[in-house]
Amino acid sequence: MATKILMEALSPTMEEGRLVEWKKKEGDAVALGDVLAEVETDKAVMEIVARSAGTLLKQIAAAGATVPVSQLVGWIGQPGEALADGAPAPTAADASGPVVSAAPPPGTAASPKAAATPASDPGSSRVKASPLARKIAADQGLNLASVAGSGPEGRIIKRDLDAVNAARPASAPSRPSAGPSWSVSPAGPGLGYTDVPLTQIRKTIAKRLAQSIGPIPTFYLTTEVDMERMWEARASLNAAGEDQSKISFNDIIMKALATALIEHPACNAWWQDDHIRYWNDVHISMAVAIPDGLITPVIRHADRKSLRQIGAEAKELAGRARNRKLMPEEYTGGTFSISNLGMFDIDEFTAVINPPEAGILAVGRIAERPAVVDGAIAIRRRLRLTMSCDHRVIDGATGAAFLKTLKLFLENPLALVW
Amino acid sequence: MAAPATSKSRAPDASIVEVHTRYLRQMTLIRRFEEKAGEAYSLGKIGGFCHLYIGQEAVAVGVMAALRGDDYVIAAYREHGHALARGLSPRSVMAELFGKATGCSSGKGGSMHLFDREHRFMGGHGIVGGQIPLGAGIAFATKYQGGDQVCACFFGEAAANIGAFHEALNMASLWGLPVVFLCENNGYGMGTAVARASAVVDLSRKGTAYGMVAEAVDGQSVLAVRQAMDRAVVRARTEMQPTLLELRTYRYVGHSMSDAAHGTYRTKEEVEEYRRRDPINVLADQMRAGRYLDDVAFKALNDEVLAEVEDAYEFADRSADPDPSQLFADVYARGPGKVS
Amino acid sequence: MATITYRDALNQALREEMRRDDKVFLMGEEVGEYHGAYKVSRGLLEEFGAKRVIDTPIAELGFTGIGVGAAMVGLRPIIEMMTFNFALLAIDQIVNSAAKMRYMSGGQFGCPIVFRGPGGSALQLGAQHSQAFESWYAHIPGLKVVTPATPADAKGLLKSAIRDDDPVVFIEGEMLYNTKGEVPEDEYTIPLGKADIKRDGKDVTIVCHSKTVTQALKAAEQLATENIAAEVLDLRTIRPLDTDAILKSVAKTNRCVVAEEGWEFAGIGAQVVDVIQREIFDALDAPVLRVTGADVPMPYNKLLEKAAKVDAAKIIVAAKRVLYLA
Repeated sequence: MATKILMEALSPTMEEGRLVEWKKKEGDAVALGDVLAEVETDKAVMEIVARSAGTLLKQIAAAGATVPVSQLVGWIGQPGEALADGAPAPTAADASGPVVSAAPPPGTAASPKAAATPASDPGSSRVKASPLARKIAADQGLNLASVAGSGPEGRIIKRDLDAVNAARPASAPSRPSAGPSWSVSPAGPGLGYTDVPLTQIRKTIAKRLAQSIGPIPTFYLTTEVDMERMWEARASLNAAGEDQSKISFNDIIMKALATALIEHPACNAWWQDDHIRYWNDVHISMAVAIPDGLITPVIRHADRKSLRQIGAEAKELAGRARNRKLMPEEYTGGTFSISNLGMFDIDEFTAVINPPEAGILAVGRIAERPAVVDGAIAIRRRLRLTMSCDHRVIDGATGAAFLKTLKLFLENPLALVW
Repeated sequence: MAAPATSKSRAPDASIVEVHTRYLRQMTLIRRFEEKAGEAYSLGKIGGFCHLYIGQEAVAVGVMAALRGDDYVIAAYREHGHALARGLSPRSVMAELFGKATGCSSGKGGSMHLFDREHRFMGGHGIVGGQIPLGAGIAFATKYQGGDQVCACFFGEAAANIGAFHEALNMASLWGLPVVFLCENNGYGMGTAVARASAVVDLSRKGTAYGMVAEAVDGQSVLAVRQAMDRAVVRARTEMQPTLLELRTYRYVGHSMSDAAHGTYRTKEEVEEYRRRDPINVLADQMRAGRYLDDVAFKALNDEVLAEVEDAYEFADRSADPDPSQLFADVYARGPGKVS
Repeated sequence: MATITYRDALNQALREEMRRDDKVFLMGEEVGEYHGAYKVSRGLLEEFGAKRVIDTPIAELGFTGIGVGAAMVGLRPIIEMMTFNFALLAIDQIVNSAAKMRYMSGGQFGCPIVFRGPGGSALQLGAQHSQAFESWYAHIPGLKVVTPATPADAKGLLKSAIRDDDPVVFIEGEMLYNTKGEVPEDEYTIPLGKADIKRDGKDVTIVCHSKTVTQALKAAEQLATENIAAEVLDLRTIRPLDTDAILKSVAKTNRCVVAEEGWEFAGIGAQVVDVIQREIFDALDAPVLRVTGADVPMPYNKLLEKAAKVDAAKIIVAAKRVLYLA
C-alpha cells in the first residue's frame, strides 16, 4: 500500500511550509530516511525525510507551493500502484513563477463551526475522540473536526455523533463535497508590479509582531549608561587574551543582562494567559538579522557562562542563523531578549517584545557625548538602553529597578563578579 | 561399621561378589558421569545450575539397592546420582542436562528437575526442603490406596532446618506414612557448616522430636547405607512407620559448578582428608581384601563405565533440541496452555 | 430447583464427588470433627470416615505439600485452607510444586488437586484476614483459578474443579457462605473457563467475580431506575479467562467497568482491560474504569473499612463516568 508524504511540523510553531525543492523525482527509488524535499518553515529550511521505502510515485505539491502542516505533498509506494484519494497534482512552478498556494482540503482544517468545544490546543491538529467515535466517523464519512465533543477535554464520543446524525437532513451528502481549490494569481509582464510571495519567516514576523503590539500593553524605559570604565575593562581584557577571539560590547551587555535578571526574577518571566511563569534560569534570546528577516537564537544559562563562552556561542549561533541552519530548539525557549542596533549607528530605539517573554532590551550605539561628571562637563562614552516591558508582568518600578542594576553592572565592571 | 562377615579362609559367596561388583560399578558410573558433566558444563553444553554428586555416591547406591521397582524416589536438586542409581539411563540423564528433547524430562526440566515415570523417579526439586512434604504425600497416597510401596525421600542436611521438614516429619509420624527420610549430611549447606546452621548437629536427633525412629549412618560405606535402608524399608513397608536416616557423607566438589572445590569455607586439607574415605575406594578395598577384585578387573570395570559415559555424552550432544512447538505443551493437561 | 445456601451447595459438591470417586479426599485444618471452620464439610467425616476426611495440624505448607505429592501419584486431594490468608504459608507448594509439576517433568506427572477455602474480606477482621489473592494465583501458568459468586455456580464449578486434571485454586467468598440461591436438583457441572451474564444490558458492561457480582447486580438495579441498562458479566473462572465473553459484551455496550475486591496494582482488572484494549479498541467509547479495594492494608475501624471496600455505590459512580454522565 502506498504511503502518504505529509507536510510535517518541522518547528514548534509551524502551521504551514513552503516546499522549496524536491530532492527526489517521480519514479526515483526511496530508502527509509532519504531526504525527499526541502521545506522552508517559519524559521529555517528543513528537510522532509522518507518514513517508508519504495518509489516516489507522485509529487502532489509542486516546488514553491505552500502547504499546511499534515497535508499531503506526495506518495511513496510500489511502481504502478494505484493511489487512493489522489488529489490533482499542481503544475510545477518554481519559486519565482506564479504563486501556487494550497488551500487546506476541506474537512481537515477546523471549520468555523468546529469551535464549539476546542478539542485541543490550537497548535495541535489532533482531534480527541473515543476509538468508537473514530470508527463510526470513518464508517459514515463524518468529519470529526467539525463535531463538538462533549466528553472530558472535548473528547468526541458516540453520543456526539448520534446528535450530528440526528440533526443532519436526510438528503445531505454523507461526505462534504468540493474539491481542493488552488488560487493562482495572474502574473506577467506589463502589470507594473511583481508579486513576491511572502516567505514563511516574513509571515511569522508579521503575525507575531502584530500580536505583540496589539494585545501586549507595552511601556518603555530608557536609561543612559556611562561606558568609560567598561571601555577600559574590555580593552585590557582583549589585550590580555590576545590569542583568543575578542570580547564584544554585546557580549558584555548580555552577561550583565543575565546577571541582572538573576537579581530581578520578576523580569525573567513569561506571560502565559492564565498565569505568569517566572524562570529560574536565564536564557537570552539574541535578535540576529538575517537576509530576509530576523531570528532569535538563544544563549542558554547565560548567567552561568563566562564572557568568553557567551562570546563564542553568540558568534557561532549568529553564523548558523545567517545560514539558516538553526534547529528549532536553538531558537526557542528564551526568557528575555536583547536587540542591538548599535552597529547601525542607532542612538536608541524601542524593540518589540518577543512573546511570551515579558521584556526586551534595545541596545543603541556607544557614542561620545557630553556628560556631567563630578560637576563638570566631560566627553564620555555613553550607551542608551531601552527596555520594553509587558505591563501585565512587569510594572514600572520593577522594570526601573532592574535597569538600575543593569546600569550599575555596566558602569562598574567589577560588580559583575561580586 | 557393619561389613559383611567374610572370612579370608573361605571363598566369597557368589551373590556377594555380584552385589558388591554391581555397587562398585554404579558408584563408578556416577563418578565418571559427574566428571563428564563437569567437563560438559565448562564447555557450555550444560547451562544453569549444576550440582555434582562426587563423593556422595554410596548414599544413592546403597539406598536404591534396598528398594523395589515399584517404590518411589524423590530428591532435591543434586540428583544426577540418584537418577542413575535408580536405573535411569545415562543417556536420558545426560540429554536432560543438555536440555535435549531426548532427556528424561524432555529438555524442560534440566539438571535440577530430572523426572522418570517408568522408574517412579518423582523428580529433582529446586526449592530446599520443598520435596519433603511431597515425599510424605506420595507415601500418604500409597497408604490411602492400600499399597505397600515405600517412598525414599532425599534431602540435604541444610533442609533439616526448614519448616517443611518439620511439618512433614510430624505428619508422617502422626499418620504412620511409609516414607524414609534420607538426610544426606555432607557437612555444608552451600558454604555454611552444619554447626553454623543447626542448633543440634547430631541431626538424627531431630527425628525424636516427632517420635520417629532415626539413625545416623556412615554414608561413605555403601554396605552400611544398604543395611540401614533395609531396616527402614521394612519398617515402612510392613509397619507403616517412617524413619529418618542421617547419612554422613562429603562432597569433594563445590556446591555447584560456580564455586571452587573447597572455596573459602573449608580447607583443602579437609577435602583431602575425606578423599581417604572415598566411598568407591572404601568398597574396592574391601573387595580387594576379600580377594574378589583385582586391579585388572577394576580397570576393566572403569573402562566399561567410561565407554558408557562417553556414549551418553555423544548421544546428548547429537540429540535434537525440543521442537519450538513444545513451549506451550504440558502447562495444562489439555489445551495449549495459553489463557488469553 | 431447591433454594440452598452457598455453603450447602459446596457441601453437596464435595459429597457428590467423594461418592463418585474414592480417589477424592478432603484434608485441612478442622475439616473433620469440627465440620470446617465455615461448616462447609458438615457431615462428611460421618459419611466418609477419617481416612478421607483428614484433620491436619496447623501446618499449611506441610499438608499442602502432602496433597501435591498424593496428586502426583493419582489421588485427587481437596486441600482446604481455613482462609486463603493462611495459604500464603503454603504458596511455595502451590506455585513451585503444583503449578509446575507437569511442565518440568515433561508431561510425566500431573497434579489434579483443588486448593479451596474462603478469600476476600468479611467484616472488621483487620489487615491480615481481609485479603483477596486471586490475582496472585492467576499470574501463574499451570494453575487454574475459580471464584464462584452464587450457590449454583459454587456447586457446579467445584465439581468441575475436583474432576479437573490440573491444580485448581478455588476461592470462595467468605461473605457468600450464607447467601441463598436456586440450585438444580439433578447432577450438573459447570465448565471452568466460562463466564456468565448475570444480567443483560446494552449500555455498560460490569465485569466482576465472587462478592463483587452481588454488588454489581445491586448497582445495575439502581442504574436501571435511571434508564441505564448495565450488563453484569460474572467471570466465574479467573484463569483461564473467558476473553470471548468479555469481548462480546463490551463490543455490544462499548463501555466497561471492572470491579474486584483485591488491590488495583496488577489485579484481575488489569488483565481484563488489557484484553479489551488489545482486541476491540475501536469498540470503546470511553476508557475502561476499574473499581478495586483501596490500596491499603484493610483497616479495622468500621468506617475506614467501608471506605476501603468495593460497594455498589462505587460501581455506580464508575458506570456513570464511562457513560459520561458523571
